[in-house]
Amino acid sequence: MTRRLGLLLVLIAVVAAVTAPILAPHATDDKFPGLLNAPPTLPHVIDESGSWRAPFIYPWTLADRLVQRYEQDRTIRVPLVWFSGGHAVGSSGEARAPLLLLGADSYGRDVFSRLLFGARVSLGLSILAALGSVMIGGLVGAVAGYAGGTADDVLMRGTDVVMVLPAMYVALALRSVLPLVLAPFTVFVFLGLIFAMVGAPFISRGVRGIVRSERGLEYAVAAASLGAGHVRILARHLLPATRGFIAVEMTMLVPAFIVGEATLSYVGLGFPEPVSSWGTMLHDASSLRIADFPWLLSPAVAIFLFVLGLNLVLQDGREGLGYERPL
Amino acid sequence: MLIYLLRRLAFAVALVFTVSSASLLLTRMAPGDYATEALGVGGGRARVEEMRARYGLNRPIVEQYRAWLAGALHFDFGRSFAYDRPVADLIPQRAANTAILAVTALAAATLVGLPLGIVSGARSRGTLTALIRTGSIALLSMPPLLTSLLLVFIAARTGWFPIGGMRTGASSSVDIVDLLRHLVVPASALALPIAAMFERLQSQAMREVVGQPYVLAALARGVPRSRVLWRDALKAALRPIASVYGLVVGTLLSGSFAVEIITTWPGLGSLMLEALRARDVYLVAGCAATGSVFLACGTLLSDAALALVDPRARE
Repeated sequence: MTRRLGLLLVLIAVVAAVTAPILAPHATDDKFPGLLNAPPTLPHVIDESGSWRAPFIYPWTLADRLVQRYEQDRTIRVPLVWFSGGHAVGSSGEARAPLLLLGADSYGRDVFSRLLFGARVSLGLSILAALGSVMIGGLVGAVAGYAGGTADDVLMRGTDVVMVLPAMYVALALRSVLPLVLAPFTVFVFLGLIFAMVGAPFISRGVRGIVRSERGLEYAVAAASLGAGHVRILARHLLPATRGFIAVEMTMLVPAFIVGEATLSYVGLGFPEPVSSWGTMLHDASSLRIADFPWLLSPAVAIFLFVLGLNLVLQDGREGLGYERPL
Repeated sequence: MLIYLLRRLAFAVALVFTVSSASLLLTRMAPGDYATEALGVGGGRARVEEMRARYGLNRPIVEQYRAWLAGALHFDFGRSFAYDRPVADLIPQRAANTAILAVTALAAATLVGLPLGIVSGARSRGTLTALIRTGSIALLSMPPLLTSLLLVFIAARTGWFPIGGMRTGASSSVDIVDLLRHLVVPASALALPIAAMFERLQSQAMREVVGQPYVLAALARGVPRSRVLWRDALKAALRPIASVYGLVVGTLLSGSFAVEIITTWPGLGSLMLEALRARDVYLVAGCAATGSVFLACGTLLSDAALALVDPRARE
């Protein structure tokens, strides 16, 4: 049950990321200068007189420019339009009353659209980085576990050192090697590499342990005595035994990387401003007036739900071990 | 036992040395330096060169590193360019602040997480177990970055606790009550995810231990259930927590970075970020060295704790 819920949450995030250009009513850099920090426009189906209508929104009018307070203009109904202009849904009066499902940020950009596009950047980066970690860590772990001896010692000592370091500081220090402001694509590649390196030791340590213990089992010995080479034994027999471990480890690395990206972008060392990732969006929530604009925290909610989904999937997998409990 | 601890100590010293050297060299290798960052684009070549000469930034990297190493041996970590004060003067205050935050959070996480884990691990069914488990899983999905944003938001909405900084006003006198009130938001932001992790680990360990034949045997002999749980099973179930304590120090430091930035707690993390932005090389290296000292102390303590709980770890 909880596992299904977890899968559902993860699936929603992935679908949102993939279909962002269709689902999102606006582009990430569409600005509405009159609607800075405007609250969400909730779709209504019942109008003032109490009769049912097709879904519509009420436009916001600026009540106080200084504190950015808005009031609903109840006299005008702006109906929603479906599947027009390449977007799944939008407002019929874009310029005057755009559809802002999660409000607008301090530049007057649609938070909901940026959230969907941000999922692409955040999820894409963390999944690719996790795959990178599996490649690096798997290779190191396999070599260390299979070769044993000095190679094993050296590789595992190095792994121990990297594992014990505070990952955030390592990422921060590595990030500072390049200039503070970079092109988005460079940031993407570079952060991916940093995260892959920081995450690799967690993979390599487990892979080494599994390879080491499986190497002595009958099937591996049998393969060796049938004349299989080292590479074949590793690739065909030993590494497949690590699949379960790697799957579990991936579901732990991806959330860590999402948070890593968010933290780096939050402090201004991640993606540059016009790019929308969950981290750059959180940066906008750093203002001291966050209490007045709670919708700016929606990327935090998105991160929470996605990570929760992964944790739920993982949790049930572990629960299935079935201990005998007399108590 | 002594030899084991000595070996771990050597590892710790090597760690501090490697980390601080690496961060000095990394920051030095980065394009731009303090002179270009401080003077900006309009600095002009001559003024940049002059400033570099004044701070010794024009020396080759190897020579600069050698000079820094020689100084570091007698606790002279160079001067911060931005603050124009010795690094050794700047860091202790900030490090103490981070330590206050981290130790409070760790203590709170242990005090909350361990008992809850024992309770939920001892019973596999029941509303209480389900409740604790749900809470933990939710909190596990909320890293310090999110908990601190959430708590800051709640504190700003309700006004129950002050947010930002360590004390009210600019008074330099240490007011314990005021400090504690300021500590609530950052410390709980840092503690909550770790408490959840402790709860899960302890719960799992407890469940494994409770399944052991010796626990059943003790119960069969008529030893009261609570005594078996809290005395016999607990002792055996402490191992995973003890072994994770060393890694938690890293998590604490990583987490406290986000918490310090968001709640503007004047700790090591925010100092290091400032230093990195300004390319203040010696300050970066100093922060990294201090961070790794924390880390080394943490791993040492956790090794000692593990050796105490589980004799096999001493090998």
